[in-house]
Amino acid sequence: MTVNNTVPITPELIASHGINDEEYAHILELTGREPTFTELGIWSAMWNEHCSYKSSKKWLKTLPTEGPRVVYGPGENAGVVDIGDDDVVVFKMESHNHPSFIEPYQGAATGVGGILRDVFTMGARPIAAMNALRFGEPDHPKTRHLVSGVVSGVGGYGNSFGVPTVGGEVNFHPSYNGNILVNAFAAGLAKRDGIYISKAEGVGLPVVYLGAKTGRDGVGGATMASAEFDDSIDEKRPTVQVGDPFTEKCLLEACLELMASGAVIAIQDMGAAGLTCSAVEMGARGDLGIRLNLDDVPVREESMSAYEMMLSESQERMLMVLRPEKESEAKQIFNKWGLDFAIVGETTDDLRFSIHHQGEEVANLPIKELGDEAPEYDRPWVEPGTHSPQEPHLFPPPHNYNTALLKLIGSPDLSSRRWVWEQYDTLIQGNSLQLPGGDAGVVRVEGHPTKALAFSSDVTPRYVEADPFEGGKQAVAECYRNLIATGAEPLAATDNLNFGNPEKPEIMGQLVAAIRGIGEACQALSMPIVSGNVSLYNETNGEAIQPTPTIGGVGLIDEQDRMTRIGSAEMGDAVFLIGTEASHLARSIYQREILGEESGPAPQVDLLMEKARGDFVLAAIRSDYASSCHDVSDGGLAVALAEMCMASGKGMNCTIDITYPHAALFGEDQARYVMTVKQEWADMFAANCEGAGVSFARIGAVGGDNLIINDLIDISVEEVKTVHESWFPDFMGETALAEAAE
Amino acid sequence: MQRTTIVQFPGSNRDRDMIAAISKISGVTPALVWHTDTSLPESDLIIIPGGFSHGDYLRSGAIAARAPVMKAVSAAAANGVRILGVCNGFQTLTEAGLLPGALMRNNRLTFVCKEVKLSVANNHNPFTEGYGLDEVIRCPVAHHDGNYFADEDTLKKIEDNRQVAFRYAEATNPNGSINDIAGIFNEAGNILGMMPHPENLIEPAHGGIDGRRLFEGALNMLEAEPA
Repeated sequence: MTVNNTVPITPELIASHGINDEEYAHILELTGREPTFTELGIWSAMWNEHCSYKSSKKWLKTLPTEGPRVVYGPGENAGVVDIGDDDVVVFKMESHNHPSFIEPYQGAATGVGGILRDVFTMGARPIAAMNALRFGEPDHPKTRHLVSGVVSGVGGYGNSFGVPTVGGEVNFHPSYNGNILVNAFAAGLAKRDGIYISKAEGVGLPVVYLGAKTGRDGVGGATMASAEFDDSIDEKRPTVQVGDPFTEKCLLEACLELMASGAVIAIQDMGAAGLTCSAVEMGARGDLGIRLNLDDVPVREESMSAYEMMLSESQERMLMVLRPEKESEAKQIFNKWGLDFAIVGETTDDLRFSIHHQGEEVANLPIKELGDEAPEYDRPWVEPGTHSPQEPHLFPPPHNYNTALLKLIGSPDLSSRRWVWEQYDTLIQGNSLQLPGGDAGVVRVEGHPTKALAFSSDVTPRYVEADPFEGGKQAVAECYRNLIATGAEPLAATDNLNFGNPEKPEIMGQLVAAIRGIGEACQALSMPIVSGNVSLYNETNGEAIQPTPTIGGVGLIDEQDRMTRIGSAEMGDAVFLIGTEASHLARSIYQREILGEESGPAPQVDLLMEKARGDFVLAAIRSDYASSCHDVSDGGLAVALAEMCMASGKGMNCTIDITYPHAALFGEDQARYVMTVKQEWADMFAANCEGAGVSFARIGAVGGDNLIINDLIDISVEEVKTVHESWFPDFMGETALAEAAE
Repeated sequence: MQRTTIVQFPGSNRDRDMIAAISKISGVTPALVWHTDTSLPESDLIIIPGGFSHGDYLRSGAIAARAPVMKAVSAAAANGVRILGVCNGFQTLTEAGLLPGALMRNNRLTFVCKEVKLSVANNHNPFTEGYGLDEVIRCPVAHHDGNYFADEDTLKKIEDNRQVAFRYAEATNPNGSINDIAGIFNEAGNILGMMPHPENLIEPAHGGIDGRRLFEGALNMLEAEPA
């Protein structure tokens, strides 16, 4: 049966592809005639925000992306960073926000699948995953449904694929009521000379299609991800792809086997805009044309048009350029794993992207221009407003500090995420050294006696909203601190920038300032950005999300034995605060949960101080001073101490010099850590702090069953833990379910 | 020297954990067989590892149980070779009829990965002789379908024959398994199926080594007089 490829190109059709008049004029010029229907789809796929970064490119270019350890920075499927001994870590974070709101299980699952594919496409075996999830307010009628669906989708894919989920974030805020965020991170391990990239080399070589068959799912998904939501989103459910982790696991093993055989010249996974993006990428990178014959593409539905095949976002598919002499060997490997293997085209020397279907050429476009000539906008933006500083005395203290601490520790954003991460396989592969719940997830490097990698994902959207520049800095700084707190040297980061509609100058202003802040922090803290993703148009009915530039950081632990944990303190250890007394309560969890307000400036991040204290803490951990360590962030010092007590199951007795008690205990000033040190080393450690010029205070000792701070706080760790652990299961109705089951 | 063989299915994913555990404990790298193989190398211990064989798309372990290699596994079992099925391996052994009962969806309907406590219900068996009777050990679980069930008659038979190897202890039953059953032997005692993952608790880096003695027992590596 012949499938009709001719559809009249009307202004409505062009607009429905998200292409504006100016862009269409450029397309006409580059095509040299009116595009065919398939060609229009290809242009739209390549030029939408999601694939072309047209609104953010100008600013992304300002980020520091280089460093002595960076092997590949942004532009490849994932960033590649040297960790010594010929080993490299390959990682990236990517959003799947819109699909996850429409269909939470599949949206989240395919988000995980997509990021895993990005990593193993480069030749790396995935060793760790994280997920930064942001949902609407807990009481919103959709929130439970979305939490439950997203968490089971993340688990459903990652658990079956076989990668440990070692970290992540879960937060709630009304600004995500109509637009949740699902940011998936994956990291893999490879040998430096075993890295594969998308650049094709050689003319007349077979272009091979691998993996699952092509269906109609996800057609137009990338275009959907580049538009705002309104009340008609339910109609968009068919644009969400369906994940098959089993096929992905087979695809991983087949790809790694194939790479080991030496058959692969270039490889690209089919992610957003599927066959279109992957083929254009391989050809354009290698200065080659690509000719595809769609009659050879494995399909699982009948009568698919060229347009549908080129834009399908069916999952678990790869495109490769193979050495012709290895073809039969490659085919054998894919047969073993039960995957489709089809030669669907060849590389050419004419720099054209030529698509054939049913004996007809349905598209013939200049391959370089599809990517290179994509529009780049310098969108108008306004400098975000500022807030004047607010002194601590402007904030009322709590009536009762015990009650206030319990309220914070049991609040939606600070309570235990155990309910979430117990649905993720955190142990598979047998290398997990630190599980979710601490500062960073840690996975040892298989095959190496002492090395391990630490992973953390961070951003504090309420700070970014108050001050996108400081908030951007803070996201990087907190990530840096979380890595340091385990004894890891921060190496590099990936960024996942989630913002509203960039066509609004104030949103664009948030993006510009946040990128500037991220860039400054990455520069100062020597954490280059090696990969990333931008998700714009996170708005529903005109309401934007809180700006959320998620930072995923990777650090290297050289001696596992000296690694610190949040809960590894021993009885009698001295407790040190690295940093000074806090005074910043604006935008704190205290302000939000106790005073019911979200206002004022974000805390300032002094990057030089961050670096100096980070270097100091890392050196202290590496010279074995620290028995445990934790960064001070959301909720301030009291919450940090409570978290350490809960993790160790031991109390602490602290006496702290305080000016404003509520600010000292709950203020969220940056660049601070709590460290515990063996009592007999405490004096020497204090002398070291002084010698290094690092602000510190010896605030108490580990002991007893209670957390005691001055005459303000005295609560049993058991009670704190009960409150901390109960919010999530109560919220999800799990406690009632468990009682019923017994 | 004890020879171990690990059976791999498409979708197995704790096979690598098992290979590492056996290599570290015994110093010998296990042999690997693919699900389409029809024969097995000479083995003293055959392991069906955890994972999502064939995606668990029918029932967990149902497709794997019908793989060509399972005929060879059954034959080896009949000859008294020790067989260990962990997690998806346990599911596969029940689906293959080599162990009684079935594993249903967890009672809370979600995947669960956490550490639980196991009590050793029968230590008169090579797999468990490294433990004391009623000794409580730590062990992680990671599964979606671990809710063990058997009908009344089968359950009575299992209990009467002392076929229960491990029970979830100290109120840590994570999945609703009947009689807190975490692992069972076949009648002859040479096949052990269990949901928890002893292979993920065999070295200090795992935070404990309670899983180790199970493999040492199965591989005849225990001292003549257990400590």
